[in-house]
Amino acid sequence: MVRPQSLLFRMHIDVPLLGAVLLMCTLGMVVLYSASDQSLDVLFKQAVRILIGLCAMIGIAQISPSRLARWAPAIYLVGLGLLALVLIMGTGRGAQRWLDFGFVRFQPSELMKLAVPLTVAGFMADKVLPPRSRTTAVALVLVLLPAALIIEQPDLGTAILVASSGLFVLFFGGISWGFMRNCTILGLAAAPLAWFSMHDYQRRRVLTLFDPEQDPLGAGYHIIQSTIAVGSGGLNGKGWLNGSQSHLEFLPERATDFIFAVYCEEFGLVGVLVLLLAYAMIIVRSIQIALDAQEMFGKLIAASLTLTLFTYIFVNMGMVTGQLPVVGVPLPMVSYGGTSLVTILIGFGILMSVQTHRKFIVDT
Amino acid sequence: MKSLPTLKDVDRERRLFRTRVMVACVFMVLAVMLIIGRLVWLQVLQHTHFTTLSHENRLKIVPLAPPRGLIFSRDGVVLAENRPSFSLVVVPENAGDIGAAVRELGALIELGEETLEQFSRELEFARRFEHVVLKSDLTPEEVAVFSVNRFRFPGFAIEAGLSRHYPLGESMAHIVGYVGRISEADLKTIDRADYRATSHIGKIGVEKARENLLHGSAGYQRVEVNAQGRVLRVVERTPPVPGADLHLTVDARLQAAAIEALDGRKGAIVALDPATGGILVFASEPSFDPNEFVNGISRSLYRSWSTSADRPLFNRALQGQYPPGSTIKPLVALVGLENGLREPKQTTWCPGWYSLPGDAHRYRDWLRRGHGHVDMKHSIAHSCDVYYYDLAHDLGIERLHDGLVRFGLGEITGVDIPGESSGLVPSVKWKRRARKLPWYPGETLIAGIGQGFMLTTPLQLAHATGIIAMRGDVLIPHFLDQFDGGNGADTILTPEIYRRPSVQLRNAAFWDEAIDGMVEVVHGATGTARRSGVDAPVRFAGKTGTAQVFGIAQNVDAKDQELPEHLQDHALFVAFAPIEQPQIAIAVIVEHGGGGSSTAAPIARRLLDVYFEDAAREPHEGVDG
Repeated sequence: MVRPQSLLFRMHIDVPLLGAVLLMCTLGMVVLYSASDQSLDVLFKQAVRILIGLCAMIGIAQISPSRLARWAPAIYLVGLGLLALVLIMGTGRGAQRWLDFGFVRFQPSELMKLAVPLTVAGFMADKVLPPRSRTTAVALVLVLLPAALIIEQPDLGTAILVASSGLFVLFFGGISWGFMRNCTILGLAAAPLAWFSMHDYQRRRVLTLFDPEQDPLGAGYHIIQSTIAVGSGGLNGKGWLNGSQSHLEFLPERATDFIFAVYCEEFGLVGVLVLLLAYAMIIVRSIQIALDAQEMFGKLIAASLTLTLFTYIFVNMGMVTGQLPVVGVPLPMVSYGGTSLVTILIGFGILMSVQTHRKFIVDT
Repeated sequence: MKSLPTLKDVDRERRLFRTRVMVACVFMVLAVMLIIGRLVWLQVLQHTHFTTLSHENRLKIVPLAPPRGLIFSRDGVVLAENRPSFSLVVVPENAGDIGAAVRELGALIELGEETLEQFSRELEFARRFEHVVLKSDLTPEEVAVFSVNRFRFPGFAIEAGLSRHYPLGESMAHIVGYVGRISEADLKTIDRADYRATSHIGKIGVEKARENLLHGSAGYQRVEVNAQGRVLRVVERTPPVPGADLHLTVDARLQAAAIEALDGRKGAIVALDPATGGILVFASEPSFDPNEFVNGISRSLYRSWSTSADRPLFNRALQGQYPPGSTIKPLVALVGLENGLREPKQTTWCPGWYSLPGDAHRYRDWLRRGHGHVDMKHSIAHSCDVYYYDLAHDLGIERLHDGLVRFGLGEITGVDIPGESSGLVPSVKWKRRARKLPWYPGETLIAGIGQGFMLTTPLQLAHATGIIAMRGDVLIPHFLDQFDGGNGADTILTPEIYRRPSVQLRNAAFWDEAIDGMVEVVHGATGTARRSGVDAPVRFAGKTGTAQVFGIAQNVDAKDQELPEHLQDHALFVAFAPIEQPQIAIAVIVEHGGGGSSTAAPIARRLLDVYFEDAAREPHEGVDG
């Protein structure tokens, strides 16, 4: 029996996902208000970015998955070209990440966070799954080429995230466990090589992860101060706007990468569970979309975007709580900053496109 | 390899995908458990430990405010200094019931209504965990009383700091200006990091213009603080770089003499060294006490100053725009010579009035019976209006405008304090743009005697007089002579940085024609200011001026009229001395003072007496040192 389609569905909007995203963004604004020292200016700017992101999300949802798959290679090639351009003429402190077009500054690596999984998913969807070794090889090249360019910027954190978003597609495509095991062994063997090719600041971050006290005023400062903020929050937190650790300016980057520490200090463990629940709503709905998808492309892209989103959340929380190195990953929909927010919302747009462009909608 | 199936088995692929999603879900759940486990460890099991860390010894970076540079006059008098001061501050988050605490404090320390009003306003806009000033500039008694009772007021503290003070108060207010609390608007113009510890910033005058020299650079210290933010120990210290001390060209003694000579009348006096452009006197009366602004002026006082008819806050020397009147005649004479329309000895017949060809309207001379045959020297000495009506008519407004602009009229001089007015030299283009009206020939005539639309500031008049005195050298008027210390460590300023391209006349002898006329004004037997030239310490050149505020019907003699004060003429006088190698150029304006010769000229003479008395007493000290 065909379900009657609601207006929002015909507009290609998935209501449960939209609801969860709006809830998350609202929660993010509440935290940001405190983390920015109650700056209405910051709040307003973030609200504008959320609006831009939501518009982009709804816009992308109108495009059918098959069209997205067709366009993906072109976007991928443009992104690759821009990454090369960044290396030649980009701007940024210490690392070159931005392209300045005068009216807008743009981070091509952000584009690749979506272009890579789209391209790999489009490439693999028509092939026989689990993928043959040739398919796997081509897919790996598609993933590692942009990652290598981003490492050159150098931005290790983003490179890993871009690479994993593509590798997740391979994973969901059914790449064999044996192959993954071999790759892991190879990766561990190559670790010393990676160590020597790292930049000084990257090595310091890895080292201070194991022993923050080594360098309390330098690289370890972030981790020490954020664990104090998190730990002193306790079960119930110090209350909204009352995090002394945050507001006495002990905590660096408190509106951006370390905003989770502010949240932990002010809302405590109970608050964190609420936050995780809100994220869980988004992720559960996304997985549902991936399972319900009828085309393999839709399944692959939906599942990999979901796992990528989870990776962002996990890496950021792991970093703030001192379990992972400081790699500069924002907390999705909470951290202050426009580019990553828009990318994530566009990702939801792709999910909505997958969900609402299905050919047969059967009530099961 | 070719033997593997190439057909897609959709069901098999879906089963595979479903399995992989399940595996991913298991991974995600495990990862979340890891995060939650870590949080339980940090927030529950280790909570006490981290609370201690958070409450006790914590490292904090405290910015240190640089001491603001001092300001001195040319004769070494301190014009702006920093005094130790104590303020009562509170961090609202640590204070509990502020209202009750403030009421209790009121019993110990006098807290006026204005103070409380300001406090509640600042409380509203304060950033969290930052202190708010309840009362600044406490007396030693108040500090003692509070210190004894401090235990009763958690969150309140005495903060020692430096407060800006202007020892000469009113007399230098329009030069030095004042500092005030940093406002939202100020924040946009400064490097916030450098002003982290600074509470005050220059608002007007030299304090504003030279903010970057006076401020210095912030220092930092790393301190251990406890939960209340109390400093326990200094770990590391980078001292601030103090602001530079400024030495102004202003002469405090001469400034005082100028104000005294004004004798309570409204007006402005500017005197400068035409050879360097350094301003010696810059008086605008009435004035105000800049110290009132430093820690926030009370509303009632500000209202009374800003609404007073005497306008004490208005900088007349810098912003006052007055018709220059006859003081402009030497300049118009020079423009006539330069354009080849007059020879020095060429005379004009003055019957006491002038009419345009084909027009019956009579433009009157101030001397009703007329000056007779007048040459250039006597036109200046006697201030003959008809001579200049005729000359202005021959020049036409465009040539008159272009000629006067060369002497810096109609545009800002570029003096180094902000807010200068540009005055106005009218032109056909200006009138069409600003008034949407055509130019009438009669307006050219009255422009020729410095009336009508023409406006100049006292500073511009002194500047233009300086250009005549120097026979064309143009030096931007300025207050800053030298500065030492600060970020610009011992920069030597040479007068050359103030030099601009000089005014070149066709024939350098033209200068002396105008100057001879100006000497005749003072030292001639019939000069308009001859009474002010008697027994002068040096020979000097001058020009009187009387600017009409109120148009009087052409057939009525102004002297017959009893006009209310605010409609009476402005008295003006410009002068420079000595005639060769001039050291001082002066412009005096007395608002509604009547005649330039009777009111303004004696003031300039008094100033010259003081100046040359000083110069005679101390052997000439190197000004360029």
